[in-house]
Amino acid sequence: MKIINFDHFAATKMRQEVKDAMEPYFIGEYGNPQSIHTLGDEPREQLDKARLQAAELLNAATIEVIFTGSGSEANNLAIKGTAFARMDKGRHIIVSKIEHFSVLNSVKSLAKLGFEFSEVPVDKYGSVDPQDVKNALRKDTILVSITQASNEIGTIQDIKEISKIVHENSAAYMHTDANTSCGFIETDVKELGVDMLSAAPHRFYGPKGVGLFYLKKGIRIMPLIDGGIQEFGRRAGTENVPAIAGAGVACSLAKKELKDRTAHLLPIQKTITDGVLGGLDEVYLNGHPEKRLPNNLNFVVKYIEGESMLMWLNNIGIMVASGSACTSKILKSSHVLNAIGVDPALAQGSLLISLGEDNTLEDAEYFVKELPAVVKKLREMSPLYEEVMKRNKK
Amino acid sequence: MPVYSEKVMDHFQNPRNVGEIENADGVGELGNPTCGDIMKIYIKVKDDKIEDVKFKTFGCGAAIATSSMVTELVKGKTLEEAEKVSNGVVAEALDGLPPVKMHCSNLAADALHLAIEDFRARKAGKGPIGRVETPEHDEDEHDLLEHA
Repeated sequence: MKIINFDHFAATKMRQEVKDAMEPYFIGEYGNPQSIHTLGDEPREQLDKARLQAAELLNAATIEVIFTGSGSEANNLAIKGTAFARMDKGRHIIVSKIEHFSVLNSVKSLAKLGFEFSEVPVDKYGSVDPQDVKNALRKDTILVSITQASNEIGTIQDIKEISKIVHENSAAYMHTDANTSCGFIETDVKELGVDMLSAAPHRFYGPKGVGLFYLKKGIRIMPLIDGGIQEFGRRAGTENVPAIAGAGVACSLAKKELKDRTAHLLPIQKTITDGVLGGLDEVYLNGHPEKRLPNNLNFVVKYIEGESMLMWLNNIGIMVASGSACTSKILKSSHVLNAIGVDPALAQGSLLISLGEDNTLEDAEYFVKELPAVVKKLREMSPLYEEVMKRNKK
Repeated sequence: MPVYSEKVMDHFQNPRNVGEIENADGVGELGNPTCGDIMKIYIKVKDDKIEDVKFKTFGCGAAIATSSMVTELVKGKTLEEAEKVSNGVVAEALDGLPPVKMHCSNLAADALHLAIEDFRARKAGKGPIGRVETPEHDEDEHDLLEHA
């Protein structure tokens, strides 16, 4: 059976070029980049090369690029690193209601240490109103962290405008979590006007186990991992040279292919949207209809539960995700769907699709053709659907 | 290793006794749409025995599989025997469930017991009982992770 990956936010297949770039650093050039002797020479050169590749993608200077262990770590570093470095200036942080857990749980952890945070709301499309950020700013606000695009509903925020407002009205730093968007839309840090940005190369055909963190020159954070002078003293620990080499190539490919990726993904996204909304009753698209990532779709299918849908689709080779309580591991439906006003009961029928370069129009057509039978099967055994049918008959 | 056992997958993909019994003698409906699970079990009782049993379930793979399994376990059994079938027995009959599913999606036996209670209430002129809402999981997810 052909496997169709519609869950690229979980994992993308590494590009062959990425793997090839990593290969020499496992056994052949296994040296430590910090070594003065010969073994360190080639790994050090590779580290510099990858940093340049990442800097070019972000339009940053190489000294502003820090490699971490993951996108989540980069988010933690931005938030806790800022909090610990600036607590003399204030203890207030602003985030949105639809941030990733690596942001939300970071501020919740800080709250236990005496920091305060405000969550700005989003509208029904998941958009943050920059004015709401302005209104939430306080004298003691030290950081604003808003995701560039939601990892669930794909809505793209106006980070440029939010950064401008933050910098014009406060001394707070501006961070954006670009872990979902980087590699698929522009992440030019100068254009965005941010002080910090996080990105996750494994989301755009790079390896797992490495994250990117942009830290604008002059911005002060405290490291979370103390030790040696690796990553300009901002993140100690012997560098994961193979993963960093792979991340660098993934960044180069992203820069080169950004427009082609959008051109490839948009028709697939449209085929699925039209097919799902046209082929099923009582199905809704979540997120902004236009201002959204080209590689994400999020639907609510009423009266059925997401995990059952996911499992049936899995049976026919289609891998998807869901924001239902049952799939969450913490037994709560998605906080993002909740924030855009989706009833928690309806959020159970959430279907999360994330596309990638291995998807084709045929995949989209196959999915659209097969989904109605899955939905019908589950609705037929749903007591909620039974109730509605009986009510409609009356 | 797959998340679910082969038995769970079998009952999920080929659920036994799906449907509704018209003029059922007892109906047990249990759950909470906010948590993602609602189970509805219908029974037909004759001479104190479960002559027929059917279910409808809104929920995850485990919720559907446990509903299917409980109907299979109690069909033809006396009410007394059926009352001894617990959620634990159902989970065991499915070769176990992932730990996270044990308390949220493993309510099928409770729904069955509710159907029996409903049957008795109706006989005593005190039924039907109607849907029983189970409590939501209201733990803060951050605390939940901390204590996991």
